Amino acid sequence: MENASDRNTSASTAPAGDAGVMGTATEYKYGFTTNVEMESFGKGISEDVIRAISAKKNEPPFLLEFRLKAYKKWLTMKEPNWAHVQYPAIDYQDIVYFAKPKQKPTLTGLDEVDPEILKTFEKLGIPLDEQKRLSNVAVDAVFDSVSVATTHKKKLMEHGVIFCSISEAIHEYPELIEQYLGSVVPVADNFYAALNSAVFTDGSFVYIPPNTKCPMELSTYFRINTEESGQFERTLIVCAEGSYVSYLEGCTAPKFDTNQLHAAVVELVTLDNAEIKYSTVQNWYAGDPKTGKGGIYNFVTKRGKCLGKDSKISWTQVETGSAITWKYPSCILVGEGSVGEFYSVALTNGHMQADTGTKMIHLGKNTRSSIISKGIAGDQSSNAYRGLVRIAKNATGARNFSQCDSMLVGNRSSAHTFPYIETGNSASQVEHEASTSKISEEQLFYFQSRGIPREEAISMIVNGFCKDVFNQLPMEFAVEAQKLLALKLENSVG
Amino acid sequence: MSPTGGLAASDPETQTERVKPVDTMLEVKSLTAHVGEGDAITPILKGIDLSVKRGEVHAIMGPNGSGKSTLSKVIAGHPDYSVTRGELLFNGENILALAADERARKGIFMGFQYPVEIPGVNNAEFLRMAYNQRRKAEGKEEADPLDFEEILDVKMKELDMDARFKERAINEGYSGGEKKRNEILQMAILDPALAILDETDSGLDVDALKIVAGGINRLRGPSRAIVLITHYQRLLDYVKPDIVHVLSGGRIVKTGGKELALEVETKGYDWLVK
Repeated sequence: MENASDRNTSASTAPAGDAGVMGTATEYKYGFTTNVEMESFGKGISEDVIRAISAKKNEPPFLLEFRLKAYKKWLTMKEPNWAHVQYPAIDYQDIVYFAKPKQKPTLTGLDEVDPEILKTFEKLGIPLDEQKRLSNVAVDAVFDSVSVATTHKKKLMEHGVIFCSISEAIHEYPELIEQYLGSVVPVADNFYAALNSAVFTDGSFVYIPPNTKCPMELSTYFRINTEESGQFERTLIVCAEGSYVSYLEGCTAPKFDTNQLHAAVVELVTLDNAEIKYSTVQNWYAGDPKTGKGGIYNFVTKRGKCLGKDSKISWTQVETGSAITWKYPSCILVGEGSVGEFYSVALTNGHMQADTGTKMIHLGKNTRSSIISKGIAGDQSSNAYRGLVRIAKNATGARNFSQCDSMLVGNRSSAHTFPYIETGNSASQVEHEASTSKISEEQLFYFQSRGIPREEAISMIVNGFCKDVFNQLPMEFAVEAQKLLALKLENSVG
Repeated sequence: MSPTGGLAASDPETQTERVKPVDTMLEVKSLTAHVGEGDAITPILKGIDLSVKRGEVHAIMGPNGSGKSTLSKVIAGHPDYSVTRGELLFNGENILALAADERARKGIFMGFQYPVEIPGVNNAEFLRMAYNQRRKAEGKEEADPLDFEEILDVKMKELDMDARFKERAINEGYSGGEKKRNEILQMAILDPALAILDETDSGLDVDALKIVAGGINRLRGPSRAIVLITHYQRLLDYVKPDIVHVLSGGRIVKTGGKELALEVETKGYDWLVK
């Protein structure tokens, strides 16, 4: 057990200035590191490491079994290589699987959170203390492997809404965890999901009780801090009959020359007439824009299951960071009349590579899905949309509409679209539209001839291109997303 | 006018010009320009001399391929054209090194022959952004959306434009006439010192032509200059030019009063080109 006097808090973080959630300067603003004493295991993964993680967290036996089952599967699995991305082989024994700031095992209040960590989140625009916290958004702050604070818990509890770290949920609500964890993304779903299932250390848990509209936006802010650690967080959101929740996640990481692995799993479950709206603004460090050195490998499995009839899951993502993105937020439409939506803006520049899209699996009758994807590729980056629409045999009356648009900025970038459509029911309807455009010199000259500088013109054109997706974001995040995009596009046009 | 004079400082002719800076707004001197690079160079302007004074309306006529559109784009600062010789002075300042947006903020406006479509970008927002760039450059306060809407409504009414053009994407799916009217609307909003209108009359029916001409005439005044680039003299029935130039083969081959436009109308260009 540690106390404050033991902590090494002498070094401070580099100044980051007064930034909004996503910042406004040209440089990556969140590239600083926080110096806190960390408790971590050595590098490498083994059954012993997994047992140690589970023991450290004092987990119930079912969870250890879950982890070990995943680990055994993982050992037999191969890293997927079908994505349109390239990177050197990852040495999974060279990663630290457990890193947490030293603190008391149970926190009773923010007073016990390392002040350096609180300062870090404040710098990121996410104040956690009572006075300054965002009034209408409850935040779970995850620092490396653990959740350090969750705000507004009491107020939410008054409505029966559970919002806490998944570690806490494992202890407090084991029956909910046992019922739903792995119910959407099975432990052996894919290589990264299996790895996550074996070693995940924290994340967020949300449960909305029946007939409840969650009284505020919920949000998790992920921060990777340690150079050699991977982040394997796990999010589980269950929305009971007739309920609604809007959930946001934001991500940043320091600048390192090495690559960090982020392999998260997010599972969403909606029961009858429930709705989850899940929005992501991802701004992980993308590596040096000139050399391509460093940056996060963002290999994430996100999936929702519309279990109940007439339920709805809507994914909105604005992906602007990470060296490599491999991510397909998907919906399994089980309940009759359930609805899946995917709205995506993926921007790549520098040497970034993104292979992202969605899967809409129609199992129930009269299920509907829509996909709006906007890919923007600048500099030497590569941006791919990959999407699967599958209509199962019994999904009579299922309908899908997909629109995948790509925009190229400059002459060295590339955009790719890989749509897969499988229909097993002739009484269903699938529509796919795709376009590729390029910001032309004539368009830019048109703006400039009206006095609008070139960079603002690009930003305006790109934001116009992404409008359909930004309209899906909660208001203040839409504004931030626009700013973030403008910031990322600076100097992107040759 | 800048007292440091830039490139023109050593030129005795410009020195004398500077004594009466108010008069000459645009001064084009021996301007030579081409497109393309390396082996693929196409010379277009081969030494243009043109002087436009405040309050004047000039018409530049000429056959297809004579360099009319290029001249307007070079003045506005299109990056595709390389100027290899000559000077371009705006209110006495050499603006050749300035980017198109900097020139625009100094008060130069170009109306496009083929206005560009920008999907997804709202016309009213675009206009407000352009308007505020100009305001900012002049050290004035920027207009918020509500204030701007009032200004916009007045100008749109003058041009008999439907309010739905505010919400539509810039030029996307507009008819030829609607696009041209949108150009004149932009000009009216930006209130430029110098307007160069490239074939603004092409593709307009008589009614639209009258409205567009009305927009141009409203801008006409002692503090402004207008350059109309046109293939036909039809527009000049509605906007009477003070001076008419005929451009051919990248050179101005004849300059005269408005009677020159009528002469061209009846005799064609051949007699001038030879």
